Amino acid sequence: MAKDITIFTTNTCAYCVMVKRWLTSKGMNYQEVNLDTNPERQKEAMELSGALTVPVTVVTKEDDSREVVVGFNLSKLAPAVA
Amino acid sequence: MADQPKVNKVVMIGAGPASLAAAVYTTREDIQTLLFEKGVIGGLAAITDWVDNYPGFAKGIAGLELAEGLRKQAERFGAEIELGEVMGLAKDGDLIKLDTTSGDILAEAVLIATGSDYKKIGVPGEQEYYARGVHYCATCDGAFYRDKHLVVVGGGNSAVQEAIFLTRFATKIDLLVRSKLRASDVLIKELEKHKDKITVHLGTTTDEIVGEEGKVVKVVGTDVASGKKVDFPTDGVFVFVGLLPNTQFLKGSGVELDEVGLIKTNLELETNVPGIFAAGDVRSGATLQIASAVGEGATAALMMRKHLEEKNQTHEIPAVPATTQLAA
Repeated sequence: MAKDITIFTTNTCAYCVMVKRWLTSKGMNYQEVNLDTNPERQKEAMELSGALTVPVTVVTKEDDSREVVVGFNLSKLAPAVA
Repeated sequence: MADQPKVNKVVMIGAGPASLAAAVYTTREDIQTLLFEKGVIGGLAAITDWVDNYPGFAKGIAGLELAEGLRKQAERFGAEIELGEVMGLAKDGDLIKLDTTSGDILAEAVLIATGSDYKKIGVPGEQEYYARGVHYCATCDGAFYRDKHLVVVGGGNSAVQEAIFLTRFATKIDLLVRSKLRASDVLIKELEKHKDKITVHLGTTTDEIVGEEGKVVKVVGTDVASGKKVDFPTDGVFVFVGLLPNTQFLKGSGVELDEVGLIKTNLELETNVPGIFAAGDVRSGATLQIASAVGEGATAALMMRKHLEEKNQTHEIPAVPATTQLAA
């Protein structure tokens, strides 16, 4: 079960829209970090994902373990938030 | 006996401009329609920075905004979009059976509008540095290259348009074009306005993407005229070298493809398998324009309606001889 979900996004990223839409359709709340308006947090997104891309979804579980999903990848996102 | 899966009137595979337009037409006529999308609603149009040639938008429109508008319009009339994948399909009597991430489903008619994805160049370093210096989506990943140097590979509309988009972030862009620019005149004129940031290298192949300590540091190319190797120091590479049709899932389906993997259709946009239609970039002969994809979607919807009407008439036929027998 996810305790917290944070998505790193940009204004023009269509895949970010898909992640947000999917989480909303599942009734899940999330926080969004827009890297266009918060460019100082790019490094954080890069370090979490190991990639220079968005969306990056960080799922913090009840036991405080974290799972990071890069892109709009339902085969990874669905089990991560389950 | 196991429950039969629900029979849908129309299932559309992909939710890009072709199928969203088709869904507007089918749902406005109360034809129940289910769309499957495994990637982005709006397809490649949604990840295109700006669309300047779609009729009705005098000042152009952001690709993402156009995709959102198409989605909302289709949903307004009752189209249902499921975020999932269709892994295969096959005829099942009069129906079409689809193997999906939500299980098996049935449909009376299917529209394949899965579009295309950007091709890879196939050079050393490309796979190794994927998403860590090698990218295929400028609108997704461009923001990571503020005040950096970039290489963009390709000479078509996408490469030129996305190179222009990337000037928002990068200070210098080398555009490597294997032969000559194939972009529209309008885009080429627009490119000239950005010559302070974009340098075009015609007749230059891309041979290798080189990294050091996990980061891309240069692209090695060849100047075709002289045969000399040329280094392009860079922080990242964006690749737009053509399209690859999303038809791999049709293997074994019986749907006929052309030599490059695009779906063959007749003039009614029906494939060789009755009841299965195709529209948009995935169709052999398509012109790879959003406007034409939308037009093909509308055509496919009308042809599917005709197919459904004929199918229903066919189903009613047995009643006629029965009545005739009684009368006799």
